[in-house]
Amino acid sequence: MRNPQLSVEGGLQHLLTIEGLPRDILTHILDTAASFIGVTEREVKKVPLLRGKSIFNLFFEPSTRTRTTFEIAAKRLSADVINLNIAVSSSTKGETLLDTVDNLCAMHADMFVVRHSSSGAAHLIASHVAPHVHVINAGDGRHAHPTQGLLDTYTIRHYKKDFANLSIAIVGDVLHSRVARSLIHALTTLGTPDVRVIGPRTLLPTGVEQLGVSVHHDMREGLAGCDVVMMLRLQNERMKGPLLPSAQEFFKSYGLTPQKLALAKPDAIVMHPGPMNRGVEIDSSVADGPHSVILPQVTFGIAVRMAVMSILAGN
Amino acid sequence: MNLPAAEVLCQELARRLRSGVTDSTGLVGIRTGGAWLAERLHREFGLATPLGTLDISFYRDDFDTAGLHRQVKPSQIPFDVNGAHIVVVDDVLYTGRTVRAAMNELFDYGRPGRIELAVLVDRGERQLPIAAQYVGATLAVPQGKLLRLARDEQGKFSLRLSDARPPDAKPAA
Repeated sequence: MRNPQLSVEGGLQHLLTIEGLPRDILTHILDTAASFIGVTEREVKKVPLLRGKSIFNLFFEPSTRTRTTFEIAAKRLSADVINLNIAVSSSTKGETLLDTVDNLCAMHADMFVVRHSSSGAAHLIASHVAPHVHVINAGDGRHAHPTQGLLDTYTIRHYKKDFANLSIAIVGDVLHSRVARSLIHALTTLGTPDVRVIGPRTLLPTGVEQLGVSVHHDMREGLAGCDVVMMLRLQNERMKGPLLPSAQEFFKSYGLTPQKLALAKPDAIVMHPGPMNRGVEIDSSVADGPHSVILPQVTFGIAVRMAVMSILAGN
Repeated sequence: MNLPAAEVLCQELARRLRSGVTDSTGLVGIRTGGAWLAERLHREFGLATPLGTLDISFYRDDFDTAGLHRQVKPSQIPFDVNGAHIVVVDDVLYTGRTVRAAMNELFDYGRPGRIELAVLVDRGERQLPIAAQYVGATLAVPQGKLLRLARDEQGKFSLRLSDARPPDAKPAA
């Protein structure tokens, strides 16, 4: 079966998931993003590429960072951006997802950026819209968050140059994390030899090793000799559920402290997709410390989203 | 058709351009051929202002039909554009659309004092009111053929004429 994200010619039509995308498409996105970094440092931080295009931010789930960086990315490409906070609009009045999309298409939408709590929502929209309309998944349920996976790999490439010799640890609540899934697919596609997931048994999906990662339940063992440590957010609702004894207990075993970070390589970088829970998955002295590249991740995210939007719009 | 030797044209262009540049002139090459040429001229003239390079992929007027170029590289303008005398360098001047895109991009770095254009070959057939101040040679090339500069491993220039565009290439500049 043809990958629903790709055109017959193999061009990227929609970005729904990193899983199954060829390596040269990922590399093309990262290379293009590198060119957009320069644009954001100029006097005029805009290029005219998407002039006259209308991009709809469709967020069915709350988000600040992702929605804002998508909005900035679209504006720097000179597109018109319309933000819809669906959580408080039509869907609460009973309109279906596809009816909402049809109405926006009638307003001449060229691109949708979709965040939804249901896995597959962006896919459903992509299979419904006309061929000239493009869809970007900005996070669907526990499934995927491809632009986050791309900005994470961009950040890693920026600091570590090449994936061929890297050891990368992804720590925490992998079970509920679309960020982790997208990052794992991106890293394995780009040829990272050593990807590890670290977490308690209750927060690691069964069969996760089939994605090409090694599984660790002990931080000390998992972090040893790592080049990159990616901390995942422990969602508040999980702290009270049956999967964990308490936030304090979690921090003791899996929170990233300077002592635990010392087990990684001396030049290791620490990443986090945000928003952070200080004192739960990461200690403040690490989050604000010299190894942290958490804020550069946000900056790179704009360039990566500009790259994705411009590649899609040109295909 | 017989193509002139690019190295000879490059010497000719350098001879004509030399009196037009000073230490404060910013030389800006358009990727890829123009950037090679600008690099050579910048070295020969020993200019104090660092060399600039433009990749005009984000400013092309055929984005809607041709999409984004496969190999975009960052543009680099390592000097203050405001008030500067800038010489844009390209290998082949044809429709003028590439030069228009380059000027648009330059203005997003600031407001240049004066922009001039130096090209190795002017093949005519302009679609925009754009002219080069410094030209290596004028050359009539049949329409639809692609003329561009090539550089070998030793850094030696030559001109290449191709019948059809490679499938992923964009329309000739």
